[in-house]
Amino acid sequence: MSRQPFTPAEYHELVSRLTPPSRMLRGYWRAFWVGGLICCLGQALTLWAQGLNLGEVTAPMFTTGCLILLGTTLTGFGVYDQIGKYAGAGSAIPVTGFANSVAAPAIEFQREGAVMGVGARLFTLAGPVLAYGIASSVVVGVIYWLVRGWVM
Amino acid sequence: MNTLWMFVKAFVVGGLICDIGQLLVMRTKLTNARILVLFVVSGVVLTALGIYKPLADFAGAGATVPLTGFGYSLAMGAIEAVNRYGLIGAFVGGITRTAAGITAAVVFGLLNALLFKPHAKP
Repeated sequence: MSRQPFTPAEYHELVSRLTPPSRMLRGYWRAFWVGGLICCLGQALTLWAQGLNLGEVTAPMFTTGCLILLGTTLTGFGVYDQIGKYAGAGSAIPVTGFANSVAAPAIEFQREGAVMGVGARLFTLAGPVLAYGIASSVVVGVIYWLVRGWVM
Repeated sequence: MNTLWMFVKAFVVGGLICDIGQLLVMRTKLTNARILVLFVVSGVVLTALGIYKPLADFAGAGATVPLTGFGYSLAMGAIEAVNRYGLIGAFVGGITRTAAGITAAVVFGLLNALLFKPHAKP
């Protein structure tokens, strides 16, 4: 009598129970090294900006601008989506990912026209980010103003 | 050596911040947009609490390149503008400090849409 160790259903259950840890670990590793590498690129750009004698406020602006140009360009060539598929949050969280989230829908919805297609879709992801980011910065500014008024 | 150490710090801290994002992607059902919003707002809040500035001083681009760093710029801008202009500064500082990034994203995004055709999704 040949004994069948697993029914297909049991086998699938076993596979799904055993694979996640390694797959998850791989996901964290990929996000870590790609994200870290993009930040190192930012660090190199910052050093370059300091070499160009850009100030403490303008040097980060230069870095951000360069990274955004890189992000949108790689998106245009279709490379950034490939990186995103590999690295997950490692490419989405750095500012290049923000650039990608602006450029990708704008390219994708060209067909809907220059205004409501490209113009509006630029902000599909950037819109919420800017809205809540700016609103929360105003809240922080107002609270800081109140606290400062109290203390002084 | 000092320069190398700066890159190591940027790599490790930046990588870890991205891993927090990866954790949210894999462990929760949050959409990408929600995670990005969460990161920016966290950056603003952590800066207001005085936690993010020391991290940015320590890790350099490792803390400023992830989206939490965008929140850091927004909050720092708002606080500095309040120091200069009073209450109205709260409405001025955030965008002023991040203007280069926002404008770059919009302009290069537009240019891109003119130059490139849509790709098939990978």
